[in-house]
Amino acid sequence: MDQSETPENAFERISCEDRFDPAKWGARMNFGGHSGFIGMRYRDHGPMWIELEFDWREDLVGEVETGVLASGPIISLLDNATSMSVWTRTGQFRPQVTLDLRIDYTRAAVPGKTIVARAECYQVRRSMAFVRGIAHDGDPDDPVAHAAGIFMLVDAEGWTK
Amino acid sequence: MSAIALPPYALAMGMMIDRMDQGSPVIAMDYSPRATGRPGFFHGGVIGGVLEMAGFAALSAEIARQGSDMRIRPINISTEYLRSGLPERLYARGEVVRAGRRVANVRIEAWQSDRDRPVASCWMNFQLSPRKV
Repeated sequence: MDQSETPENAFERISCEDRFDPAKWGARMNFGGHSGFIGMRYRDHGPMWIELEFDWREDLVGEVETGVLASGPIISLLDNATSMSVWTRTGQFRPQVTLDLRIDYTRAAVPGKTIVARAECYQVRRSMAFVRGIAHDGDPDDPVAHAAGIFMLVDAEGWTK
Repeated sequence: MSAIALPPYALAMGMMIDRMDQGSPVIAMDYSPRATGRPGFFHGGVIGGVLEMAGFAALSAEIARQGSDMRIRPINISTEYLRSGLPERLYARGEVVRAGRRVANVRIEAWQSDRDRPVASCWMNFQLSPRKV
């Protein structure tokens, strides 16, 4: 990895790319920022979906007595995965912001297990993209969370500082 | 008064209880590299995490007032992101709409320098259950 790369110039360079490459973007998530802190990783993608993951960690726990993860990192993972699902579907990076995100916590995640988010963009309009996804800890048929959201496409200017 | 202990995730993110406001704790968190989403702004998931913590804290305070000791688990959250989260202190406060025997409904708002210009708002439902001894 190029040590001189910062999140800022990684964003700049990726914005200029013609094709959105989920694996490449995923590799850059760990340079810093919140996704780096959580330890998010790119896992896999298809034409219409993308998977990201992060490992259970003691400092991400939300309930000390049980060791169950806080839901904050799961929101962050689903936010990133659903966001990237838009660019995965369109094949192109476009600046966007989260307008609305709903998450149902279907059960507690098992302490110690890696959390995987699988997200898809099911509709794109000129100014909005509609997304959904799940998070699971090993079995996609027994998810820990379900997400539905909307991203609003915005001007590149002022998207980052 | 408040015996609300913030969990490891909240402490790792730098969340703290700033003050009590009409019975609900106000959660505060400073901007930091680990809270950053797109460069120069709060990550939406972090804002969600702060909203949830404020919701949890508001409900814990309400339950303590009622004199009961229940286990609180989030059922769901629906967040509207109203403004970009700027690199400055973020606050959030929850309002318990109803705390029944099994379920509680809480509304939460997050803001920065101007209380009247919220950054995000959400509702959350929580499941309440007796704490196992």
